[in-house]
Amino acid sequence: MFRRERSIPLRGSAAALCNNLSVLQLPSRNLTHFGVVHGPSAQLVSAAPEGVPLAQRQLHAKEGAGVSPPLITQVHWCVLPFRVLLVLTSHRGIQMYESDGSVMVYWHALDSGDASPGTWSGQILVFDIPAKGPNIVLSEELAGHQTPVTDIATEPAQGQDYVADMVTADDSGLLCVWRSGPEFKLLTRIPGFGVPCPSVQLWHGTVAAGYGDGQVRLYEASTGTLHVQISAHARAICALDLAPEAGKLLSAAEDTFVHIWKLSRSPESGYTEVEHCHGECVPDTQVCGARFCDPSGSSFAVTGYDLAEILRFSSV
Amino acid sequence: MSVRTLPLLFLNLGGEMLYILDQRLRAQNIPGDKARKVLHDIISTMFNRKFMEELFKPQELYSKKALRTVYDRLAHASIMRLNQASMDKLYDLMTMAFKHQVLLCPRPKDVLLVTFNHLDAIKGFIQDSPAILHQVEEIFRQLTEVKCFFLLCLWQTYGGLSAGEFQLIRQTLLTFFQDLHIRVSLFLKDKVQNSNGRFVLPVSGPVPWGTEVPGLIRMFDSKGKEVKKVEFKHGGNYVTAPKEGSFELYGDRVLKLGTNMYSVNRPVETHMSGASKNLAPRTQENIAPNPLAKEELNFLARLMGGMEIKKPSGPEPGFRLNLFTTDEEEEQAALTRPEELSYEVINIQATQDQQRNEELARIMGELEVTDQPRQSASKGDDLLAMMDGL
Repeated sequence: MFRRERSIPLRGSAAALCNNLSVLQLPSRNLTHFGVVHGPSAQLVSAAPEGVPLAQRQLHAKEGAGVSPPLITQVHWCVLPFRVLLVLTSHRGIQMYESDGSVMVYWHALDSGDASPGTWSGQILVFDIPAKGPNIVLSEELAGHQTPVTDIATEPAQGQDYVADMVTADDSGLLCVWRSGPEFKLLTRIPGFGVPCPSVQLWHGTVAAGYGDGQVRLYEASTGTLHVQISAHARAICALDLAPEAGKLLSAAEDTFVHIWKLSRSPESGYTEVEHCHGECVPDTQVCGARFCDPSGSSFAVTGYDLAEILRFSSV
Repeated sequence: MSVRTLPLLFLNLGGEMLYILDQRLRAQNIPGDKARKVLHDIISTMFNRKFMEELFKPQELYSKKALRTVYDRLAHASIMRLNQASMDKLYDLMTMAFKHQVLLCPRPKDVLLVTFNHLDAIKGFIQDSPAILHQVEEIFRQLTEVKCFFLLCLWQTYGGLSAGEFQLIRQTLLTFFQDLHIRVSLFLKDKVQNSNGRFVLPVSGPVPWGTEVPGLIRMFDSKGKEVKKVEFKHGGNYVTAPKEGSFELYGDRVLKLGTNMYSVNRPVETHMSGASKNLAPRTQENIAPNPLAKEELNFLARLMGGMEIKKPSGPEPGFRLNLFTTDEEEEQAALTRPEELSYEVINIQATQDQQRNEELARIMGELEVTDQPRQSASKGDDLLAMMDGL
């Protein structure tokens, strides 16, 4: 059972994008950072555990030629072993900041060609990030997708059990599974079936993918074998998140629902199994982002199109 | 954002405009032949070939303010006049109606079905007018020519798009409508909108075509054989979709979104409270620098340059349409319109660009309508003055 907690107000409503909520948990500082895209700006809010907002900041996409100010497509905290970067993407390019958004450390302009550039053409850009400072370098461009890339998920390669480190998804529903290294290697391609895959996660060698037709599918990352198919939602899924410690998966969709699932591996067969834990309806809200707020998955936050607040839920 | 969104936005908003005008013309007891003439003139302007060509060019969406100028022009394509308050209300209703339709579309691609519903209704407006037969036939003939061109444009632009591209179009449309929460009494009455201005998103009814009813978890072995099936309680009350709407020229669209919900007995009213406390002011449009305005002026000039406003044949007296029930109400609405909902175009200073001024002046000259209240020296000033007056 979950109950509604105090909402965090936003200066601007959330835009109708997928994966439109990023959360950075800072338990040592008793703080949680939230990032939401409004449109031409993204809003960062820091909150105390009870949801009391402490600080907020707005970031904008870099200006350029065009009819209107460029729109931000995603705001996301990238947690690296030695530092955390805040990444802002727009059609103009990729902006990277220190984790509190105070200083921009890197700007990568995308070519505006005819249609859309960079990841819109399906390319994945890999950057080398130093432990400190702005010396960020574009190291590789991965070709694997022909349609715009929608989401990227990674997990640390642990032990010999699973070699897959990264999975990328695109508008056609295609998933590419990669292994990182001095150069990235494409391991598997998991074809789509006519609908976009807006959100993807990776957990212990299992790919969890949410699709435009409301399905959540779980695949074996190294082989691409389908293990679980869930008719999870009645509209397009907009976000997936993982609480890796607890093996919990969260799915949110435009049908106003958020569902929490428990992933496990059957000890006999070794196959992935899924159990439904909880369903939450956010009335009259087209959800556009959802994240767990703690590693055990006992609390989560939700954003909705046109909604100028972050909704919070925690288990009782 | 998608560069293929404008035609859909324009056509659907235009369709809603016609529904509302049709209802108000009846409510105000405008004589049948005049009412039909107004609708026909607007329809033939909307589907003018040159205009269509401009409309279907791949381009970004412009602001609500810029688009309103086009509809203001369109609404005045005939013998009918609207005061600013009525034009504001008309535009509010049009935008809220289409916002609702986009939000509730089961699949992103179903926005095409909504478009077809509007187009089917537009055909209906032309077809049932026995009185002005010769005019109807002429429009029909013209429309048959442009119909082919228009349908070709529609098909070329949208016929081959993927689900992902339609999802992008949907997101582009929702961005256009973001933060618009005007309460429409018809929507409130039908429980389609809440009193805070937000639309009701039902969690029951048929799922989109191609989606399964939620509630099932299926688990497979490595050979693809299903080994376990578990049901879970989804929380909604969904059923399978009965059939898919038709994307053909004629057909059962199945979807009701985009059909005419107005009638004489269900008048249109808006509440201007809008301001739910969370309404974030759209300040970015008001502080936009001049270059933004220039771009939009260029767009408007191009688009309206393609609009052939017919000069009325003969001494057809014009009339004023009121979107409110009385003139006093209309005046009151003009005075009390909340600041954040004002469509006042930002103050565009007269440009130094003489050549561009002349170009605009030439286009405006072609758009001239009979009663021209403003007497000013240059036509270029007229356009800018008209913008300022909006």
